[in-house]
Amino acid sequence: MISSAIIPQPLARLPWRLILLVAIICTIGIVTLFSAAGGSWSPWAIKQAITILAFFALAVAISYIPENFIKQVTFPTYVFILLLLIAVEMVGFVGKGAQRWIDLGFIRLQPSEFMKPAVCLMLARFYDLLPIADVRRWRGLWPAALLVLLPWGMILVQPDLGTATMVLVGGLTVMFVAGLPMWYFLAGAGALAAALPVVYAMMHEYQRKRVLIFLEPEADPLGAGYHISQSKIAIGSGGVWGKGYLNGSQSHLQYLPEGHTDFVFAAFVEEWGLIGGVLLILAFAMVVRWGMRVSQKSKTRFAQLSAAGLSMTIFFYVTVNLMMVMGLAPVVGIPLPLVSFGGSAVMTVMICLGLLMGFERRSRTRSTLS
Amino acid sequence: MRKPRFTAAHQSITFSRRMMLVGGMQATFGGILLARLGYLSVAQNEHYQLLSEDNRVQLIIVPPRRGWIIDRNNKPIAINRSDFRIDIIPEQLERPTETLRTLTRALDLTPDDVDRIIKELKAARGYQPVQVAENVPYENYAAVTVRLPELPGVQPMRGFSRYYPSGPAVGHLVGYVGAASAKEYEEEKNPLLVTPGFKIGKEGLEKTLEPKLRGQPGGQRVELTARGKLVRELEPKPDRSGETVQLAIDAGLQEYAARRLGEESGSCTIIDCLTGDLLCMASMPAYDPNSFSDGIGQTEWRMLAEDQRRPLLNKTLQALYPPGSTIKPMGALAILAAGIDPDETIHCPGGYRLGNRFFRCLGRHGSVNMRRAIAKSCNTYFYAMGHRIGYDAIAPMAKRLGLGARFDLPVVSQSYGTVPNSEWKARKFKANPRLIERPDWTASDTLNASIGQGYLILNPLQLAVMSARIASGRNLHPQLIGRHEKPAPSLGIPQEHLDAVRGGMWEVVNGDGTAGASRLQLPGIEMCGKTGTAQVRKITGSQRGQSGDWKYRDHGLFVFFAPYDNPRYAGSVVIEHGLGGSRAAAPVAKDVLTYLFDREQALKSLAALEEQWGGTLMERTARREAQFKAMSKSAAGLGA
Repeated sequence: MISSAIIPQPLARLPWRLILLVAIICTIGIVTLFSAAGGSWSPWAIKQAITILAFFALAVAISYIPENFIKQVTFPTYVFILLLLIAVEMVGFVGKGAQRWIDLGFIRLQPSEFMKPAVCLMLARFYDLLPIADVRRWRGLWPAALLVLLPWGMILVQPDLGTATMVLVGGLTVMFVAGLPMWYFLAGAGALAAALPVVYAMMHEYQRKRVLIFLEPEADPLGAGYHISQSKIAIGSGGVWGKGYLNGSQSHLQYLPEGHTDFVFAAFVEEWGLIGGVLLILAFAMVVRWGMRVSQKSKTRFAQLSAAGLSMTIFFYVTVNLMMVMGLAPVVGIPLPLVSFGGSAVMTVMICLGLLMGFERRSRTRSTLS
Repeated sequence: MRKPRFTAAHQSITFSRRMMLVGGMQATFGGILLARLGYLSVAQNEHYQLLSEDNRVQLIIVPPRRGWIIDRNNKPIAINRSDFRIDIIPEQLERPTETLRTLTRALDLTPDDVDRIIKELKAARGYQPVQVAENVPYENYAAVTVRLPELPGVQPMRGFSRYYPSGPAVGHLVGYVGAASAKEYEEEKNPLLVTPGFKIGKEGLEKTLEPKLRGQPGGQRVELTARGKLVRELEPKPDRSGETVQLAIDAGLQEYAARRLGEESGSCTIIDCLTGDLLCMASMPAYDPNSFSDGIGQTEWRMLAEDQRRPLLNKTLQALYPPGSTIKPMGALAILAAGIDPDETIHCPGGYRLGNRFFRCLGRHGSVNMRRAIAKSCNTYFYAMGHRIGYDAIAPMAKRLGLGARFDLPVVSQSYGTVPNSEWKARKFKANPRLIERPDWTASDTLNASIGQGYLILNPLQLAVMSARIASGRNLHPQLIGRHEKPAPSLGIPQEHLDAVRGGMWEVVNGDGTAGASRLQLPGIEMCGKTGTAQVRKITGSQRGQSGDWKYRDHGLFVFFAPYDNPRYAGSVVIEHGLGGSRAAAPVAKDVLTYLFDREQALKSLAALEEQWGGTLMERTARREAQFKAMSKSAAGLGA
């Protein structure tokens, strides 16, 4: 927050440190997209800039929504998105095409995108309503589990493993910080480990291949391992200082596939080197840390729990993408939010940030008032 | 048991604790990400920089020209002929089906060729060309070039193909070249090997001299996109042709000898008996290496492999024969070395009695001394003398003269046979008791080996070296690469011993010996020699290997040197199943030596012979090739 006589009060109350971080991240994204197009604003950089500005405005608007109103609309919104998920699933099934999105003209939205923040809010609301004493009882678990597993299952059958996992992680985070008994999570982790072979057997052929390739990308450098191999080459060849802006041969000569979407980090690091990569990672880390502190400082239980879930969602986006790009995780289609070209991730993250900014301001205002 | 109530205070503590856990987990992952980024871009930087450069810059390989092989007089034996070839650059190919159809028509491609091209096109990436055809005749090449505007991606090229001016005459000597096999590529991992049109040595000198002949590939360095699109050309890297290799061989002599062997199956080896230079190593019948360099059909290969005259076998190095009487001069040297007077006579009543066995001679020679024994090829003399000194006294002389030796030559393989002695026999018996009756060396073993039969088995090159060492008395080693001027050092055999043996060999040809008919028709130049007739199978009754099935007939051998008074050339001729040395082998030696002294006279007598055989070697080869082609076509027709 900047305190100054010149800047009007509402503007000064915006969390400027966060906005600066987000601006740095978005600038990095646009600059990289400009380079990925071979030094051109079209087709990606200009569109991305507009998308970001639009969703940033949306985020600021969200931050002004009163917490009580959010609490009230949480359940209806959640149910509405769930119905949308069912609807597109049925339409997609009838139409035999995989129509899992809603066309808004400038962006195509999947209902599952909205589910990422919605599930966090929904669970926060649930634990907000739940009497404290019931948290460690059976009734503290099963409705929450149902609220998470329902959308998770529906997104999973689309199939969209990446989004489904994010919904699950957001929900679990809220459940975890809400204080559910630890042994639930330990037992769950154990069960998951035991179930891995079954999951593997149920996976689609292309997904299975991705897992195998992740374990040994050099086995098929021209085929399915190509993405990871080329991405590692791009990152590794950048060195400490990078090859220089607009000089990334990997992305410019199209050796790096998806250099403007999922693998944008590799394209960026190739040109800006370790220095650039560390800067971007630190910027994201500070955004997540800011979100976690919002959670800790919040006075209401709803705000605490939602903020933790929303921060986790952003963290998960960034971490999975970076691990995937650097060969630490299998290739799942998760973009780097605010940097990768494409509106969906920008929208989701901006909604999360908008909600977080709202919680943050209220925690501040209330503390000054009380 | 009742659990304690979960209160607001509990909840607050749990919340902060769990938030710390979540935050800690996030920080851990952040740390992992930073560490990984650092590892990739610092520790692994060099590795990935190489890979990235590999991606960016690709070399379109320009194969080097193969080095020439020339003879001792700089006459070419293997050269490169410019030829036309057609390649496809997959990246630029627009309408594969139509293009292939047009090419098939213009180039007369077979369905097999089309299959191969389609397969290679599917596997190809980017700018690496795929070969359509090589050695394209000019008319077909022109037919493609005029259609080029409608054939994007098709690339007509001038290439080089290996050419051997004397064809089959040098087949076994130089071998042939061919496209590298998958296995050869696996071993070397050199992208040059899979460059269309690039050939490596597959056999003979082409194979053993490969490192010298290959040269360094050049290349056009280009920056390519991942899809193989050309971004820009970087500075080209020039190629370096392979080295020219000079052989000791006299190409004219080699070709003459090959032609003179005619329709026979055999070999002719000639050595400069002062320096060891191999002037001629002809082995016939042979394949035409030219037909191998553009790939040989299955039918042709089968015909070559199944021919009982073994055209795929280099008979100078890889064929082993019982040498028969040709080793008698060597035996004589051993007898002299044992201290026996060459004038001592032995009575030949037509054979030699050993216990209750009678070892036959070729005739009744009466009283013979060493000179007569060599001239008349009297077995009895060598039976008797061999028995007296024992074979363990003869074997060292055989080895001293090069028999049973493996020479240091750049050849793919050489069989070196056996010079037996008692120790060898004991060892052999231990290894395989079924083949050999008893472990100890018997007197009858000595008798058999003394006349070049029994366990003694040698290759023609060894016989030529033996003859050269006897002729000059020098410890020469056969040389295949380069010209050598310095005479080899002396063997240390007393001059009077050599003179005695050479006298006998003089008489073989110029006296009333076994090869009198093969006297050189050159004034002042006399050839000396020794005939040999080697049994292919045991004498049974009247069957003496002089009639019947070709493959059971005796081999004819001849070792020789000339001129008598100042020996310069020595060698051996072996005619498989030629009935006898004087009949089949000595006339060849005579003509080949005549070529060295009087080319015209030699060519005249050859012309007369070739007329009987139905044309020159080249004409007969061409005819046979046409036959192969017709056969493989009809075989393909049956298959289709």
